[in-house]
Amino acid sequence: MGDLFSNLGLGFSVAFSVQNILSAFIGCLVGTLIGVLPGVGPIATIAMLLPITFSLDPTGALIMLAGIYYGAQYGGSTTAILVNIPGEATSVVTALDGHQMARQGRAGVALGVAAIGSFFAGTVATLVIAALGKPLTGLALLFGPTEYFSLMVMGLVFAVVLARGSILKAVAMIVLGVLLSTVGLDLETGEERMTFGLAFLSDGIDFAVLAMGIFGIAEIMRNLDHTEHRDVVRQAIGSLLPTRDDFRQAYKPAIRGTLIGAMLGILPGNGAVLGPFASYTLEKKIAKDPRRFGRGAIEGVAGPESANNAGAQTSFIPLLTLGIPPNAVMALMVGAMTIHGIIPGPQVMTKNPDLFWGMIASMWIGNLMLLIINLPLVGVWVRLLKVPYRLLFPAILMFCCIGIYSINSLPTDVMFIALFGFVGYILIKFGFEPAPMLLGFVLGKLMEENLRRALILSRGSLETFIERPVSAGLLAVAAILLVIALLPSIRKGRDEVFTE
Amino acid sequence: MKKIALALAAVAGLAATGAQAQNYPARPITMIVPFAAGGPTDVVARIVTDHMSRTLGQQIVIENVAGAGGTTGITRAAQAQPDGYTIMMGHMGTHGAAPALYPNLKYDPTKDFAAIGMAAGTPIVIVAKKDFPANDLKGFLDYMKANGEKVNMAHAGVGSVSHSTGILFNSIIKAKPTMVAYRGTGPALNDLMANTVDYMTDQIVNVAPQIQGGNIKAFAIATPERSPVLPNVPTTKEAGLGDYQVSAWNAVFAPKGTPADVVKKLNDALVKSLDDENTKKRLLELGGVLPSAEERTPDGLQKLVNSEVARWTPVLKAAGATAE
Repeated sequence: MGDLFSNLGLGFSVAFSVQNILSAFIGCLVGTLIGVLPGVGPIATIAMLLPITFSLDPTGALIMLAGIYYGAQYGGSTTAILVNIPGEATSVVTALDGHQMARQGRAGVALGVAAIGSFFAGTVATLVIAALGKPLTGLALLFGPTEYFSLMVMGLVFAVVLARGSILKAVAMIVLGVLLSTVGLDLETGEERMTFGLAFLSDGIDFAVLAMGIFGIAEIMRNLDHTEHRDVVRQAIGSLLPTRDDFRQAYKPAIRGTLIGAMLGILPGNGAVLGPFASYTLEKKIAKDPRRFGRGAIEGVAGPESANNAGAQTSFIPLLTLGIPPNAVMALMVGAMTIHGIIPGPQVMTKNPDLFWGMIASMWIGNLMLLIINLPLVGVWVRLLKVPYRLLFPAILMFCCIGIYSINSLPTDVMFIALFGFVGYILIKFGFEPAPMLLGFVLGKLMEENLRRALILSRGSLETFIERPVSAGLLAVAAILLVIALLPSIRKGRDEVFTE
Repeated sequence: MKKIALALAAVAGLAATGAQAQNYPARPITMIVPFAAGGPTDVVARIVTDHMSRTLGQQIVIENVAGAGGTTGITRAAQAQPDGYTIMMGHMGTHGAAPALYPNLKYDPTKDFAAIGMAAGTPIVIVAKKDFPANDLKGFLDYMKANGEKVNMAHAGVGSVSHSTGILFNSIIKAKPTMVAYRGTGPALNDLMANTVDYMTDQIVNVAPQIQGGNIKAFAIATPERSPVLPNVPTTKEAGLGDYQVSAWNAVFAPKGTPADVVKKLNDALVKSLDDENTKKRLLELGGVLPSAEERTPDGLQKLVNSEVARWTPVLKAAGATAE
């Protein structure tokens, strides 16, 4: 324990230098501003802004990059709430209730709760990293392909529970998502699948393209077909900050979300994406009145947003302690570190203690900065909604096109958001929920690849999933959840509760 | 009238190119890096262009165009205006292994480029899980003979450096392990450290920290000399497998037809950058190998490309490896 305090002391002494505080501030500010552009998620933002860190020393540069990362992540939630465009997989669930809140004129409250929940989660996650980073490393190594597959199965069961309408429709959407994720080069054999010989499909469909089309563009089309009462513009802005009642409703989900997110964030291969979904599912399951979910429940924003931020932060653990990036953003951070002459690995902690602990301390400072930057900005973002919709929607469309083009520089991506937007509009009209489809899309790829890997390693024996205790445990939880969801008596109640 | 206008326009165009070459570079230069930001090739590109920008007096802007093992970005760069304002960082995969891996490749590495010069070589290391029952390359080869198909080899996906170099390695030692594909080096290393898979071959920058940290074993490095980053790891020659010599080299190219004086300017800037102490230091820290005087020249690079394509094509075709 004494070690922890002296280490954190060293960290804060590094992070509290004027230059490093400034780095954290600039990083968070720039990250937030760019992250607010629809489609420009953390990866694109860090890649774009990487060169501006070249003139800094490694510690300052990494602090700034980490700030850009949190900022962009938070910015992604802002667009999810305001215009129903989740910037990345982890803010899909935020869009569900966050955007409904915005439609009811409670955009300020949603943004405020997201910021405060994120700050709380960030504070806890910083302590978790500092105190448990080293021992938790083992968790990442515990999850091989077999365990991963079982975890993803559990995640897909979450998706069923997540859906609002009929189970049949939810399952159909999940399967569609899984199918879409199989487009592109087969990882094991290098064969092209379902690409119709089109070169731009050989690397698969980009998550941002799918999410922006199915959520964002479809949302615009829906708004345009009946602007009358649902139009956000005509709503009163309402109070900007959460009231005491809001806090009372939100603090428990925030705590639960933080714990779930922090645990899943440590897992390799982007386990963090499950965090917000798991948190949302949990809140909906234990809520007294689950009907409110999907209609602007504040718990549906507080929980997932906390989980999202906690996971974003604990995903640094495998990077800092092992040097293994668990997801694409962290892989980019590895590159940034190597460019600055620090090769991430187990030796960073002992060889560069001031960098290691300075960065951990700066995570907390970064979260504080985000709060300081975002609470005043809430007013600005909300005022954006006052812009008449006929002016707002062309601007959103334009930013969507620019944002999506900037990710891969592919004109076909821009055409694809139009296509997916049209598909999304039709799906909404027929009462299909897009969220389970996106979850199926994100998890489908991980699930398929890990299934095949596990079977290759076991030489085709399915028993491997039951023989390994962690995998067996996860599958058991999934089975129990599924039974609960499908039990006829419960299902009957469920249909009454969830069908609009 | 139309014809005259066209002719005038053409002349004006020619004049413009002439003037451009003299004042080159008059505006920022785009370097297409055909991999995601943060990967080994991207890092080398950013380190080398940092100093080149200062020599040229114009910023070299990195544009990451990832996809299809780097061939998406190189295809686009190959079709760019050959005016020196679009250049690219090619590597062993895009300019060596690609013709075998991608039968429908839209460029020919040996013909469609103006070579500028080599930037850095990244040695390949043969690594295995910590619990592997052998401690040196000889023991490893004996084990492979006895246990052949029980062994699992990890790689970072079809078309990746670890995949191509792994196939070459297996063909030299005549081993047929079960291949397990991962999406990138990170997850593959994770499973190697967790003792889930047995061995792999990959670039030194990816594996060195784990070797130093004792999380994985290194059997040999496939370069003529040992690396200062891993002084205890023998070369393949020392370990008795001199045939396995391979490097994931990174080199600067421009589209075919780029004026000779522009190529010369870019090559001068590259060579100056490689002579710069700071650039040198940063590349060496990564475990990179600085190119020899000959490899730094356009001719030297062109020779390397020709020999690499000739070397990789039969090996990869024999293994039946395609990415289409």
